[in-house]
Amino acid sequence: MTIGTLAGVFSGLFGVGGGSVIVPLLVLWLGYEERAATATSLAAIVFIAAFAAAVQGAYGNVRVLDALLVGVPAVGGVLLGTWLQQRLPARSIALLFAAVLAASAVELVIR
Amino acid sequence: MIGAVAVGVAAGVVAGLLGVGGGVLFVPGLVLFLGLSQQHAEATSLLAIVPVAMVGSWRQDRYGNVRRADGLLLGLLSVAGAAGGVALANALSGAVLRAAFAALLLVVAAQLVRGTMREAGAAPMLRRRAGKGVD
Repeated sequence: MTIGTLAGVFSGLFGVGGGSVIVPLLVLWLGYEERAATATSLAAIVFIAAFAAAVQGAYGNVRVLDALLVGVPAVGGVLLGTWLQQRLPARSIALLFAAVLAASAVELVIR
Repeated sequence: MIGAVAVGVAAGVVAGLLGVGGGVLFVPGLVLFLGLSQQHAEATSLLAIVPVAMVGSWRQDRYGNVRRADGLLLGLLSVAGAAGGVALANALSGAVLRAAFAALLLVVAAQLVRGTMREAGAAPMLRRRAGKGVD
């Protein structure tokens, strides 16, 4: 219940799925293994993001065309990503991704 | 626009690969490439996440990794929190929200680095390589 509430606040506040909260908490508090945690988190995110998007829609903040512009290529990306998962060292990708996030954070602040 | 499409593909790939939501890339991409405000970018990101998470969890379910009852329960329990979070996001100024979001990105980045170091700790050879700062 706490996990759900925390994930919801995170998702609504930051416009993300909440997976970065759900996955570690499922592992630490409920003893999930990593893969089941990631998979179950994704399923929960479907509901969380859909509801939070609907609330944001009520505020008039959702740009549907822009969402399609990034969301449709991302669906192809997910299929590619799960395929690549079997073939690439996840560690280097995680580090590269961390670097991209840090750079985005800096860019957002100095902008 | 090409930048936005590239952000979409990249967000999908990392979502599939690492199991992190595409939102951490959607939001900065929408702000930096399409010039959306922080609030609009977050709202738009939420909508874009829905199909990505649907396809991702559908594939994971086929591997038998999804604990359906728990996923559904978590989703339903998050409703009140999500409504509160959205209200808070809209009450804050764009600059404050953007700074908080930047902090979130750094935390997620640190989490990823810690995770890879932990994995490396289990394999001494990998740790030596990580210690040199290569790879």
